[in-house]
Formats: sequence, structure tokens, C-alpha cells
Amino acid sequence: MHLKREPNVGDFDTLYAAVIEAHSDLSESESAALNARLVLLLANHIGNEAVLREAIQIARQSIEAK
Amino acid sequence: MMDVRHIVFQHRRSADQDRASPAHHPVVIVGAGPVGLVAALDLASKGRRSIVLDRKRHLADGSRAICWAKRSLEIMDRLGMGQALVDLGITWKTGKVFFDTRQVYEFDLLPEEGHRRPAFINLQQYYFEHFCIEAARKTGLIDMRWLEEVTGIEQAADGAVLDIATPDGAYRITADWVIAADGARSTLRRQLGLGFEGRVFQDQFLICDIKMPMQRPAERWFWFDPPFNRGQSALLHRQAHDVWRLDFQVGNEADRAEEIKPENAARRVRAMLGEDIQFTFEWISLYRFQSRRLEKFRHGRVIFAGDAAHQMSPFGARGGNSGVQDADNLAWKLDLVLRGLAPERLLDSYERERMQAADENLAITTRSTDFISPKGTISRTFRDSVLALAATEPFARRLVNSGRLSVATCYTGSALNGPDEFAQGECPAVRPGAAALDAWLENRWLLDHLDGGFQAILFSRDGLVPAALRQAEASLAGYDRRAKFAIVSRETACARYGAERDPALYLFRPDQHVAARWRGYVPGSIEAALRRATARI
Repeated sequence: MHLKREPNVGDFDTLYAAVIEAHSDLSESESAALNARLVLLLANHIGNEAVLREAIQIARQSIEAK
Repeated sequence: MMDVRHIVFQHRRSADQDRASPAHHPVVIVGAGPVGLVAALDLASKGRRSIVLDRKRHLADGSRAICWAKRSLEIMDRLGMGQALVDLGITWKTGKVFFDTRQVYEFDLLPEEGHRRPAFINLQQYYFEHFCIEAARKTGLIDMRWLEEVTGIEQAADGAVLDIATPDGAYRITADWVIAADGARSTLRRQLGLGFEGRVFQDQFLICDIKMPMQRPAERWFWFDPPFNRGQSALLHRQAHDVWRLDFQVGNEADRAEEIKPENAARRVRAMLGEDIQFTFEWISLYRFQSRRLEKFRHGRVIFAGDAAHQMSPFGARGGNSGVQDADNLAWKLDLVLRGLAPERLLDSYERERMQAADENLAITTRSTDFISPKGTISRTFRDSVLALAATEPFARRLVNSGRLSVATCYTGSALNGPDEFAQGECPAVRPGAAALDAWLENRWLLDHLDGGFQAILFSRDGLVPAALRQAEASLAGYDRRAKFAIVSRETACARYGAERDPALYLFRPDQHVAARWRGYVPGSIEAALRRATARI
């Protein structure tokens, strides 16, 4: 299995807003904690090491490319 | 039992000291810690003599290694000492992990019945050594030489020359083989000029072993960020004779001299267990640790084992246990080589297999260390997130890492492994390279069958033995009188070895690891696997 890189969520705008909304009123460190928890929950849900490694690589590349 | 820490060993002048030319010994073991002693006992179990040199005159100066894993106990059973250790030790298999004041995780390391030995016992290292030394004396084959230190070593192709200093003058001996089990600060390693590079951890930990009667279950309790040691970790573990191991993380900056003052250590103990407790100190020690191993374990005629070969963080009890397994792996190979039944290159498999084990243990203990003392803000954020989620999320409990407790390494990919005729993924726990699993048979434990020689076992519910297999029995015995054949038809044992329906044939090595396994028997297959497992092909 590969990481899905084409659109995979019907209404992603709403989902995106929900992610941002989840951070409201949080300090920077609380926000980091929320992100960490989300990563752990979603990583377990995905449950596929190859997919996760691909996601890690793409995320990392997009930072290093800047 | 008497306080064995007061035993003082005397130096006895050996006849070797009075000889004009150096005496020769097949095996010289440097270091009378658990690893050197187990190696000597294992060799003695095969009728082989050894000399054990140690520069000390006492047992271990503190409880040090306290957790002995099931696999180590099984090895000690093979050497006739398992029961004595279990009788004195504290048997345990469960543990609890706390975050702040809440319990976040609970584990059971051996949820299954039908094993002779528990997941772990706790027993102070000095008792372990004491039992070994008593057993060594009874063999009549182990020459213990206390207060003797190797001051020089020279190697030739067929042996080594050792210069030894004693309180009674210096002398020299020659040896076919030298086992360097002289610990983390190995003298032999230094004398051979071997690099021992790795990662140094800055974190400091304070061990307080205290004696106090306390009604508490024999469980491993571990705290992340508890109120009594804010921002750090702590461990509580019971040992024999009302001794408790308390291990406090004290941070990078803690002042060594201050921390080990009894009054300061006592403050920590009281903060953890209560202001009104009565206790005495057994041992106070502040430590840092390193993760490193030698690039090669065999250097000519010198073979490194235990902490002399690899050093790791203590979380997971993998130091002492992996050292015992080093000895277990080495002894039978050295014996076969010395008897001329296997070529010298069999010893290369010791290096290959035990470096694999060391790498596995180093990787696992390093991960535990990074979880216990996260480096950097983001590591701590993830760590604390795991601990917070663990309160409600089962998956996060699996991520809580307070030390992954020692289990035997499977020698996957070893050149000694023969065929595996099982289907991919079928019964992986006992695939070639893995340590045997125990099970109760009609009147004894399965592992009692595996008593130090090669052993073929047919697991078969109906107990029928193909006539051709009888021939294999004869060729096993023809190779080595200790090699044997047996049939096992008990249900639990057959289930553990994947023979609930179809029979399965296994070949076990003298260290009880699986050499090969088959579904059916083809004449010659056991013989071929035996040649492979002894490096004769």
C-alpha cells in the first residue's frame, strides 16, 4: 500500500477548519502536545509502516525544500 | 543465608607459579562475574577444565544486576542451578507504570501456563555469583584464582601467553583460548588496544538499595514524573531478603558527591515511601551509562563476552542476561572446537550471533532510554502524549516504554541455521535460531531433555516414529555421545511446536536454540543440519 496523494476527503475545507479549530485557545506547547497526540492516534489507525514512512519523508522533504 | 558480601577470598599460590616454563591451559577465563562463572560452569558441564582469574577478593560490591530473565534461569537449569536461584530470588512477572499519580499501564510478561520458570526473578548479583562459585567448587574442574590480574597478553596463531600479577609474585601461563569476561572496564580490551566507542548518556541515576520489611507485591513499579521526583523517573523493585531496589533519575546536573551522601539519599527514599519508614541502606550508587560494543567479539584467541564486549543502559535488564547468553552460546562451540569435532570457524558464529544479540539489545535499550529521559522538547512532547493517551487508549499503553524486558534473541539468518520446512509465518516463536520453548511432558520439562548436547525431537501426537528416523538417532550419537533423539507427544508441547495435527521434527543445538525443523523426514537431513550447525560445511 502507498500513501494516498490524490484528494481523498470530500469536504476537506471543513476538516481542515476542524483541525485548526482544535488548536484554539491553546498555548504553543499545548498545540504541540495536541499535534503529537493526533499523530500518534492517526498513526495507530493507519497501522501501516510503509505508508507512515512515506508520509514522514514527504513532510520532511517539504520542510527541507524551503 | 549468611551475608555473602563479607566473604573474603584468599589468594592461593598455584603450582603454575613455580614452574620453570609457563603451564599450559586449554581455557583461561578472565573475570569471575556472572558471565565468566557461567562460561566456566557450562564448560565444566561438558567435562572441560578452566582457570578463572579475577583481581578482586570479594563478590560484586553491590546488588548490581538483579533481574534474571526466564531464559537465563533456563540456562542455569541446564547447569543444575536454576532451582537454587529461584528459591532464594523473588519471582515476578507483572509490573505497573505510573504517570504522575495515575497508573497508566500494567503488564504480565508470562500470561501463559506450562513453563517451568517465571518471566523473571530478582536476586542480587552477589548471590548469583555466590551460587556459581559454590557450584564451581563442586565440579572440581574450575580453578578459581582470586587476586590475580592479567598484566600482559601476547597472541600467536595457536594460543595466547598471559602475564599475571599476584600478591605472591608474577607468573606466566599459556592458553589455547582466553574468554575475556572482565566487565565494562575490561583490562584485556585495553591491553589489546581495542576501541570501544558508542553513545554516552548524560543522565544520572541514583540507586538506593534499602533493607526494610514492606508488604507490597513483587511487581516492578515504574514512575514517570512522579510528585516525589518531579520531571524525572523512578523505579521500585523487590529483591531477596527484604531488600528493595529504588532507582531515581536525578538529571544531568546533579552533584555526584552530594547525591550519594546517605542523608540526601534518605531524603529521596522518604519522599518516595513515606516520612515514617524505617530502613537501612544496602548500597548507594550513582551511575551514568553508555551504549557501545566492540567491533568484533573475537580477536584471535581472545573471545569477549558480557559487558567487556557490549555495554548498554540498564532498562530492560539486558546487560546481565545477555552476558549469560553470551556464555551459553560460546561454551558448547568452544568445547566442540577443543574436542576436534568442529572447525575453529564455529567460533565465528559466536561473534555473528552474539553481535546480532548485542545490536538488538543496544537498539531496544537505547529506545527505552530515549523514552525515559527524552532528549529535546519535541521528544518530551511525544513521550508525555503517549503517557497521557495511555490512560484511555489501549494502543498507547503498548508504546509506554519503561524498559523492554530481556528475552532471548533469535539468531535469524545465522549460518548455523538449517532448513525451515514450516510455511512462512507458521509457528515463528520456534523458527530456526530461536530458543526452545518449555512445556511440561509426562514426567519432566521439555527443556530438561535439552541437556547440553545436540538433540533431535519428533513432536508427534500419535507418537509413531518412522523407521528411518532410528538411523538418524544412530548418526547423532556417532557424531557426539551427548547427541540424542526423543519423541514428544504431549498436547501442549506439540501445540507450541506446531505439531497439533502434522508431526514436526526439530533439531536443537546444545544451547537449546532451534537448528532446523522439518515436516517430514528425509534420510540424511538431520545429519546435514548437524554439519551445518557445527560449521562443518
